Amino acid sequence: MRNNVLIIGGGPAGLEAGANLQRLGYNVLLVEHSNTLGGHLGKWDRLFPSGTPASGALDKLLGSMDGVKCFIDTEIQSINRLGKSYNVILSNGITVLADAVLVATGFDLFQAEKKEEYGYGIYDHVITNADLEQYFKTGLDARINAPKKIGFVHCVGSRDEKSGCRSCSKVCCATAVKQACEMKAAFPDAQIYCFYMDLRMFGRHYEDMYLEAQRDYGIRFIRGRVAEVSENIDGSLSVKAEDTVSSKPLKVSLDLLVLMAGMRPSVSGQRIGSLLGMQNEKDGYFEVLSEITSQQRSPIPGLFLAGAATGPKTLPDTLADARGAATQIDKYLSAIFPKAKDLKQLIKTAW
Amino acid sequence: MIYEGKQKIWSEYQKEIPDDHYFYVRSCIRQSFFPASEAAFLDITRNKLGKDIFETEHHTTCGGIAYHSDAIPQETVMTIIARQFALMAKYGYENYVCSCITSFGLYCETLETWREFPELQEKIAETLWKTCRLDFAKPKYIVHASDLIYHYRNQIAALAKHKLINVHTGEPLRVVEHIGCHYSKMFPSKGVGGAEYPYVLAGMVEACGGTVVDYPERRHCCGFGFRQYFIKANRGYSLSNTYKKFESMEPYHPDFIVTNCPGCPYFMDRWQYVIAEETGKTYGEGSHGIPVLTYEEMMGLVLGYDPWDLGLQTHQVGAEPLLDKMGIQYDPERKYLGAKGQDIGRPACPSCIK
Amino acid sequence: MVDFGFGLLASSRINLDLFDKEKFDSLAAAEPDVRKCIACGSCTAVCTAGKFTPTSLRAAIEELQNGRDEVAMNMLKGCQLCGKCTMVCPRGINTRHLILSIAKIYSKKK
Repeated sequence: MRNNVLIIGGGPAGLEAGANLQRLGYNVLLVEHSNTLGGHLGKWDRLFPSGTPASGALDKLLGSMDGVKCFIDTEIQSINRLGKSYNVILSNGITVLADAVLVATGFDLFQAEKKEEYGYGIYDHVITNADLEQYFKTGLDARINAPKKIGFVHCVGSRDEKSGCRSCSKVCCATAVKQACEMKAAFPDAQIYCFYMDLRMFGRHYEDMYLEAQRDYGIRFIRGRVAEVSENIDGSLSVKAEDTVSSKPLKVSLDLLVLMAGMRPSVSGQRIGSLLGMQNEKDGYFEVLSEITSQQRSPIPGLFLAGAATGPKTLPDTLADARGAATQIDKYLSAIFPKAKDLKQLIKTAW
Repeated sequence: MIYEGKQKIWSEYQKEIPDDHYFYVRSCIRQSFFPASEAAFLDITRNKLGKDIFETEHHTTCGGIAYHSDAIPQETVMTIIARQFALMAKYGYENYVCSCITSFGLYCETLETWREFPELQEKIAETLWKTCRLDFAKPKYIVHASDLIYHYRNQIAALAKHKLINVHTGEPLRVVEHIGCHYSKMFPSKGVGGAEYPYVLAGMVEACGGTVVDYPERRHCCGFGFRQYFIKANRGYSLSNTYKKFESMEPYHPDFIVTNCPGCPYFMDRWQYVIAEETGKTYGEGSHGIPVLTYEEMMGLVLGYDPWDLGLQTHQVGAEPLLDKMGIQYDPERKYLGAKGQDIGRPACPSCIK
Repeated sequence: MVDFGFGLLASSRINLDLFDKEKFDSLAAAEPDVRKCIACGSCTAVCTAGKFTPTSLRAAIEELQNGRDEVAMNMLKGCQLCGKCTMVCPRGINTRHLILSIAKIYSKKK
């Protein structure tokens, strides 16, 4: 009998881990609480640093899911340790005995309206990074009306203790630079400003993307956090920041302001965490066995983690993390359930 | 502007305001700047609404002005405050309402400090006993007088003789609401509506039929800023901040400004005169300024009080254009007559502003 | 008019709405590298003139983009065109050439 592996979360981490575990010969069951697979990737248009279409990446992930049993619109009702395994009851009535559980519950976008001073949901032309991706996909958003001056605010809900999030969300700088270039391409006459605190261009090709944004797209990068937004009588926005490079307060009128909402631990993930008795670290993301050597293992035996459930990650980081988790699960199951080893050998020979 | 977005924030910042039985403390400077406002507050709450609002001549300043101009240390100001609270308890009250915004901010700050440093509270309680032989007590609820008027806004609106509506056009009056910095900027949760989109005055204006003007520099300080004003050499800062607000609200043509702080109405009123003298610029219609009212004056007008009983003649900027818009009858001859009909003198006639 | 002994003060705030995009675009057309500056300050750190006069290419580029052209021009007046800044610029900007282009475009009155 093949071992059962339960994956909680149908975003990129869950999909990639699922495909890999299926390939390794396990019986994989993936549970997703929403009505679609793909997580945030399904809502994105293009990906940094090179503008790869998100739909292509998602199709590729979904295309490798042969044999994985996926339940959408399904919640975990209860999950309890039973011997070496976990006894899981799903909201659709199905009961599973899972020999390993992978928590891939991802992240929630920071709720930008919590930064009251930016007026998201109050001012007519303040949107978020996610809204802008939706606009890129559909071309529809009444708030975007041939803007001549556009601002991007980095670190919205990131590096901000008052918003309850001290850490960096890792992906927003690169996303802002990508979106700024895309907006310049869409509105060639526009003047675009990026308000940043530090520009974290850590990944491969990111610095090139930044250079292109400056040189080829004429994006102006202003080092200073936007402190206050208000609406002018003509409906445009009045934005205040400090240009810390010249040590002076600054004011500018803009037609559109895009807030780079950061990553927060997912609320539905936290529910799963409490069902399983998992601990959070100070930043609110799940605790791992070792941040250096066992990032995909929970201190609880048989529980594994992948993707943004253990902190902000880029998409390639998440996918690599998921593959790592699949390897860790395989290692664990081979040791705990020796039969699995034979089955793996069988499949290997068959190939 | 999406009104529902603001409503969502307002719903998140609602504080508990007891309906009755308050110990009332006055503001040092309001009694000289706008002497009739506190009297109006007491008359509205006690006589129009039948509430129990107690005050005693034994209460003093909260010490805020001295504290904010670095004249006395925090322990001293805390002991003064502890004495006020002790008086409240002595007279059998547990709800505390104050007239001054700086006092309100300081009370909140002091209570927070005591909560965080109980040993300091202990020390202040001891000092209070040594100096005044009074038992230390803390209020159960602390509200600003504008919170209370906000709480009663619908009752007041039901008794209204005049609405905040232009009787000539039928349009709602356009009102700039200005909140004192120390009302909620330090502790957003202590203010009705929070700090970014305060609702305490906006709620009163809406209840009485007016419409609130949201202009870009709405959140900016009136310019008082304590030491910005106290020292003459610094007064340019104070003036310039007020100027910035007026430049920002000008395109919206507000009919009047309503405030809940002692300093704000004073500076927004008087600096209009200084700006007019220095630059020749006025912000109201036809060389008039924009009238600046306290919330008690606004509600007093709504309830049909005589404008001169409300002390509107002590303002630099004449309120007459507003009174005309609201359809309020007034006797111009009575403007500069005191309570006993005596002549109280007239201000020097400004050259630029009416 | 009354003399109160105090008066309105000039604001130090940058008004980005005054930024002359057309002019800066014409500079960038002649000198695309101007947009590459990352405000690291290397040029200013080694500037011979900058130690004795308010000269800073880094700050001048910032001021041009903040719509404060005159301030920027004053920050380049002391330049001796020694070329040390070109040697240290991590983004490979031809700083001497850039300074000359700024002088050419921004010294023209509108």
